[in-house]
Amino acid sequence: MNHSPLLDWRVGRAVPLELIPRLDLALLQASVIEGVREGLRIKALFGLVSVADKAVHIYAILADSARGRVRIGQAILSDDRLPSITPECPQAHLFEREIAEQFGLRLCGHPWPKPVRFCPGPDAMPAAHGAERVQVGVTDFFTVAGDDVHEVAVGPVHAGVIEPGHFRFQCHGEEVLHLEIALGYQHRGIERAIKRVPQKQTIHLIEAVSGDATIGHATAHCQVIETLAGREPPLRSQAIRGIALELERLANHSGDLGALAGDVGFLPTASHCGRLRGDFLNMTALLCGNRFGRGLVRPGGVRHDLEPERALECERRLDAALRDLEGTLSLLWETPSVQSRFDGVGVLPQSAAFALGLVGPAARASGLELDARQDFPSGIFRFAQTPVSSWPSGDVFARAYVRWLEIRRSAAFIKDQLHALPDGPIASDSIHMRPDHLAVSLVESWRGEACHVAITSSLGQLDHYKIVDPSFHNWAGLAFALRNQQISDFPLCNKSFNLSYCGHDL
Amino acid sequence: MFGALIQSGLHIAFAIAWPPLLLGVITRTKAFFAGRIGPPLLQPYYDIARLLKKGSVLSDATTWVFLAGPVAGLAATLIATLVVPLGDRAGFVSFPGDFLLVAALFGLGRFLTASAALDAGSSFEAMGAAREMTFSSLAEPALLLGFLVLARVSGALDLSDMMAETLFEHPGQQGAAIALMFMSLFILLLAENCRIPFDDPTTHLELTMIHEVMVLDHSGPALGMIEYARATKFFVFAALLVRAIVPIAGDRLWADWPLFATGTLAAAVLVGIVESMIARLRLARVPVLLLSACMLSGFGIILLAR
Repeated sequence: MNHSPLLDWRVGRAVPLELIPRLDLALLQASVIEGVREGLRIKALFGLVSVADKAVHIYAILADSARGRVRIGQAILSDDRLPSITPECPQAHLFEREIAEQFGLRLCGHPWPKPVRFCPGPDAMPAAHGAERVQVGVTDFFTVAGDDVHEVAVGPVHAGVIEPGHFRFQCHGEEVLHLEIALGYQHRGIERAIKRVPQKQTIHLIEAVSGDATIGHATAHCQVIETLAGREPPLRSQAIRGIALELERLANHSGDLGALAGDVGFLPTASHCGRLRGDFLNMTALLCGNRFGRGLVRPGGVRHDLEPERALECERRLDAALRDLEGTLSLLWETPSVQSRFDGVGVLPQSAAFALGLVGPAARASGLELDARQDFPSGIFRFAQTPVSSWPSGDVFARAYVRWLEIRRSAAFIKDQLHALPDGPIASDSIHMRPDHLAVSLVESWRGEACHVAITSSLGQLDHYKIVDPSFHNWAGLAFALRNQQISDFPLCNKSFNLSYCGHDL
Repeated sequence: MFGALIQSGLHIAFAIAWPPLLLGVITRTKAFFAGRIGPPLLQPYYDIARLLKKGSVLSDATTWVFLAGPVAGLAATLIATLVVPLGDRAGFVSFPGDFLLVAALFGLGRFLTASAALDAGSSFEAMGAAREMTFSSLAEPALLLGFLVLARVSGALDLSDMMAETLFEHPGQQGAAIALMFMSLFILLLAENCRIPFDDPTTHLELTMIHEVMVLDHSGPALGMIEYARATKFFVFAALLVRAIVPIAGDRLWADWPLFATGTLAAAVLVGIVESMIARLRLARVPVLLLSACMLSGFGIILLAR
């Protein structure tokens, strides 16, 4: 069945490095294109400089959601040219730009070769560290010329208390012809820092990848470490991780629904959801003492146990919050003036959502049945499935309604887990990673699949670490959804995706 | 003579002191429906006082036009309050055709506010100015059609006589025409004062704003004047609404003014309730609602012409 030259592998097992086929670059790229044509998605495409031969190695990891497996391959770059596969495979566009920027490569054939984070990596070719230092956001933008066409620049400083990002609209009157999003203002060099800090501190960096997805990224990180060590954490800790992950989803989804209501000026739901988000965050605090779940998930297990009294309290609060949420959201779904604002705005067709490689609620709202909890079950999700929530219309309403469907299913999942919490310890003792292995983990954080890839050195330490936040895939989806929309609908569309700036910038 | 002096004094005192309270009432009403306590009723006064005490930041790109906008906007609405009858029979100034002056004053204020917005040279503000001008081309005819209904009912051309005709004094066809005019005027009140469903005065999203985005670059006393003018404009529209349905003869000092004050407060509460119950319109749909305001008054005229 597997005619691809890439290695077909199961997610939960570490791959010995020598098993990963080392292909010709052209063959690697051809198999990526072929894989995507078969319906696979690029989960990671990154480069690293090998200590042994000082050359840039390109790794490709494709996810086969239908079979729950991944395909892995690598190639060595012979010079500073990187031929682009973006024209045949749009999903690769940002990955290729990232590689070209990090290693100072010339990207040939890419339709829009621009920097991603405006910060060349330490291993970049000398040409990238030229006389002029690149400044964030100072770059060419796609422009539209003609009578009545005007340009609107928004950000990087915004009116609300949100993260910095620059949006450049090309408009014809009120209609947006093209939107270009320039990020990179939040680049902190997390992936590089992971290689530098002692391994015990890595988790603190991971928890800061995107603060509202702390549990999602921490779980992905711990799974990758545990996979490399070949050690399964205790079942009880996996259940607690699952509860925390779903609580994070509840908090963010309810907050988003409130923010969507606020953006259309519908006050009742906006104010109630703001409070309910706080209630869900406080449940996470009940679990571990921190509203955003910091300090809960650790390699080998979790740091805080859930005693029966607190489990009961958590369930009591969950029931109360869910009842209030149902009431205020039914108002949102039933008010005609809200429906008229949500319906048919910012439509992202299913074909575009797939071509751009979207993940998470945004992809499911375009009718794609993708959910890492179902496709690549790990941890407690191997034993307790939650159904995939999707909606076909691809508009703001779909992205809002998918969130509501997920809220109900997450809540049901949490209650199931609270009732049947497995016994046993909550953490295993120290874990040692095997040398010269690669591991991938895919966790459905609330924004979508978070993909972590780790490679160990011959000493069994982290040699390379790659994080792909769901936002990295989805920003292009937002830009696409804005085409031919009213510019006044941008804030609403933006909120319906609610992507992470710092998760993209790393 | 003495009575006229008291009426005039009350008129000016009301026109200057009352408007910000109405904005406070709207905010409190919305807070009540959202389950919050909300800011103090007098918060708009504090805000205006605070802004007037502050310094201004002016961009190098701006000229005198930038400051003329807020000043002229405030002056225009303050003059309008003198023309419109409040709790008295006639406004401070009254002459045949004075309703045209009210409409023209609003037009002038709008023109200078939009000019000031363009003067800042920002794409946001220019976008807001374009929206404001587009929508006002539909709002102004609606206002004039409304006045026409009143002129037709009363057979007069000055606001003091026109506003003396209320809904309750004219059952039947004329009353129906005034009722249609009233609905049209309420839509206009929401549109002209950038309330939901036309605009959201509390939003921070520049791209969705209409009026608010035009004044983004103003600060300090200029912004204070804009806030005050906004309150005053709301007050003028509320006064027109109240006078269209509440029978205020203007000769019973101790009954008319409290009646008028209560009426404007009720208008503010009504706006607060509307804002708590519906979402904003899609921007492309705004002209539809404004056109329906035109049509309501237009039907009123048809009723009267039969």
